[in-house]
Formats: sequence, structure tokens, C-alpha cells
Amino acid sequence: MSLESGGRLPAAFTTPGSASFTEFLASYAPDLLPGRRHDLVGSESLAHVSPHATTIVALTYADGIIMAGDRRATMGNQIAHRQMEKVFPADDFSAIGIAGTAGLAVELVRLFQLELEHFEKIEGSRLSLEGKANRLATMVRSNLSLAIQGLAAVPLFGGFDQQREIGRIFSYDVVGGRYEEQDHHSVGSGSVFARGSLKKLWSHGLDAEEAVQVALHALVDAADEDSATGGPDAIRGIYPIVARVDAQGYESISQDDLARHTEAIAARRHASPERGGAS
Amino acid sequence: MTQSFYVSPEQLMKDRADFARKGIARGRSVVVLGYDGGIAFATENPSRALHKVSEIYDRIAFAAVGKYNEFENLRVAGVRYADMRGYSYDRIDVTARGLANAYAQTLGAVFTTESKPLEVELAVTEVGVTQEQDQIYRLSYDGSVTDEPGRVVMGGDAERLGALVEAAWRPGLTLEEAMQLAVRTLGTAEDGAVREIVPTALEAAVLDRTRTRRAFRRLDGDDLAALLAAGG
Repeated sequence: MSLESGGRLPAAFTTPGSASFTEFLASYAPDLLPGRRHDLVGSESLAHVSPHATTIVALTYADGIIMAGDRRATMGNQIAHRQMEKVFPADDFSAIGIAGTAGLAVELVRLFQLELEHFEKIEGSRLSLEGKANRLATMVRSNLSLAIQGLAAVPLFGGFDQQREIGRIFSYDVVGGRYEEQDHHSVGSGSVFARGSLKKLWSHGLDAEEAVQVALHALVDAADEDSATGGPDAIRGIYPIVARVDAQGYESISQDDLARHTEAIAARRHASPERGGAS
Repeated sequence: MTQSFYVSPEQLMKDRADFARKGIARGRSVVVLGYDGGIAFATENPSRALHKVSEIYDRIAFAAVGKYNEFENLRVAGVRYADMRGYSYDRIDVTARGLANAYAQTLGAVFTTESKPLEVELAVTEVGVTQEQDQIYRLSYDGSVTDEPGRVVMGGDAERLGALVEAAWRPGLTLEEAMQLAVRTLGTAEDGAVREIVPTALEAAVLDRTRTRRAFRRLDGDDLAALLAAGG
């Protein structure tokens, strides 16, 4: 940044125009954009060189949405982190969860959070939920060249739509495709198992408590079958990150509540132990 | 080729300063007051969309008087500067002092090199953990910066209104007291008569140090009415 010399603000700063931070960054300091920073050559997969974040689930309930993510990051067959956070507030009324190459995904979240805040400060009002979802699609797309080399970062986005007063969930693919999901969805390596679990446990009009339980059940099922997804770890006190977004805004579910829910789930499964471990 | 008349640098600068001062004096004043829980801003501005007081970053706010298009441009530049810096380093590395410096350089460069100085006066404020750590920087059209201890008045009648604030302000005011002082100051005419200003004709905001991340909050008509009514 040329500002370090203490000079006047460069012309790019005072040029009227976009309320988008990413667009500003692309014109002023494109090197700082996550998608363009790496100049990788070769076509071999790079998936094994960096930690991967795994399962995220999201579901709607009566007042909004619940989003939950496990805490494990893996690198090949090793566990890279036990306490990774994969669910974040995007702004006051939306949440973003990430699966895929951890470093890129976390960077994507940071930039997306900033993008929303920047717009809000410049324009004096928030983007619509649809607008936020579209913005995120553009940002995912800019990462395409890395995704092709095995460094994909795929978010799951959800929030409370203040115009329509409902919770909505959006999923993405690596080319920036944006799909609105009905009721529930899951992404990441354990998502197949989590989706099966969600299908059986989700129903219309769940209340917040029940919805948190459904999300945790789905993560437990995913962790059961997928080695890259971490289950709740009562010994270390590591529980999934669970967020609730409703008309009041984003709120993280507390550790105590998660411990209580996890115990309830364990007790329920313990009560009917099937021999094949089906429970 | 016509030869232009010689104008001494002193005269040139004086003319520019007079021009800028005249432009600023046409605008209504903004009052910025520290209180025990943060920093309060108030100005007469019936518009709900064209703001004179705005959020720049987590703990930093911006207040301005003068030409709207000019200070709006500086505000956007400030938000870009702060977000850029926070993104490159960390949120904690964005400071009012850094921003005030960048503004000062910009205002100073425009004042001396461009055909017309910016007709604006700015306040860049940052709320700290305690009232002693609050920072208020006042920036003039020529790029001069002053570090104001806890309160500042800018705009049309800055000197006269500043004296009123000077007499009544002290550290540790409550938000109600600060807002009442601000509104009373704005409504005081030259003959000392105090005019009542309805809350809807005011733009007010606070940097509230008790809020966790983004300290800036606008006060709407109802908030203001409650604050102004409190404690008589």
C-alpha cells in the first residue's frame, strides 16, 4: 500500500463508483484477491498439500435457519486441526459455512464478510439476501482455476430474508453456480450421510431446539461414516459450531447448550444399541 | 501570450482559505461530544439518507460539514482505506490517527496544488476503552489537524457554538446530558435565545464503547426524543 509513506489517498480511493470491496480491490490491489494471488502451473492435483474442511449442514426451521459444521480439518489421512471453525456470521442476518480447501475457504469468508460490511457502510443499507447470495457466487467463481487443480472451496450460505421474513439456504458449486435449497442441505465429504440423516429427521415447523438437535444428529451420522468429519468430543469439550439466524439476527449456540444436546443424543443412541451400529 | 499578474503566495493562500471558509460557513454545525460511554454526534439535518455522520470502521466514525459531494467522496475513500487496511493486516490495526493522516495529506495536497480547495471540515473520531483513550481529530480544508480533547464543534458558527460547549462540557457526562447539551448548543441563536429543535430534524449517532465490535449506532427520532426528555 502506497499509503505507508503517509501520502495523500490514491486516486482509486476517491474515484466514485462501486460499493463493492472486491471490485475496489481488483482495481487497486488485485494481488490481494484470493483467486488471483496464486500463479500455479501444471495440471496435477494439489488437493493433498493443504488441510481440508469437511461437513456443513443447514436446515430451515419455523423462525429461520440453523447452520452447523464439525470441527475437523484433514490433510490426507491425518487430522490437521481439531478445533477449526467452519461456520461464520456473514453479517447480522446471514451465516456462511465452508467445505473444501481450508485456507482458501477461510479467506473467501473473510472477503465475503468484508464485502457485505463495506456495502452496508458505503450505501447505508444492507444488501438483500438474494443479493448477498449472488455476490458470493461471483466470489466462488473467481476461484475456479484453483478449483480445477484440486483446491476447491465450496460455501453453504443461509440467512433470514428480511423482505420475505423466512429463512433461506443457498448452495454453490465450484464454477459459481448458485442453487436455492428447500428445507435442508449439506456440503462436504460427509454430506452424503448427513443428507440421509436430515431427510429422515427434518420436518415442517421444527422449533429452534429441535432444529439444533436435527443438525447435531446429522453431523454425528456424518462423523460415524466419514473419517474426515469429526464427531462431538466431550472429553476435550469440542462441539460442532452451531449458528441460528432468525428475525433477531445471527446467534451462536452456546457451548453449554451444545453439551446438553450432545449428551441427549448420546443417551438416545445408547438406549437402543443396534448390533450393526445402525443407530 | 498574456502575462498574468503577479500574485504573492501569501495572497494566493489567503484567497483560497477565504474561499473554503465561506463555503464551510454556509453549512450547519456538527457537535461532537465525548460522554462516559463513548462519543456522541448531533447536527441539524432533516434528511434520513444524506448523512453528515457515518461509520468508517469498528471503533471509528466520521463527521463532516461543508459541501456534500466533497465530504461524501472523502467518506467513501475513508471506508475504502479502513477496509483495505483491515483486510491487509488486522482489524485492530485500523486507527483514527492513520486515517486522519491520510485525510490531512489529501486535504493539504488539494489545497496547495488544485484549482479549488475542498470546502469541508472533518472530524475523525475513535472510541477507546475508557474516555481518556477516546480520540477526536479535527481536519481543516487546508490539511491542518488538531487533536481535540473530548469535544469539537465544526461548521457555520463553530467559534460561537464552540464557546458554549467549552463552558458546559466536562468529562464523564451521561449520554442524556451530552445529547441535551449538543441540541441546546445547536439551537442557541446569537442573542442567546434557545430554539427548540424537534428530534426528526436532527441527525444523531453515537460511538458506543460498550458494543462488542461495531461501535457505531444511529439514533432515530424515538431514541432521541427519549434522551432529550430524560431528567428534564
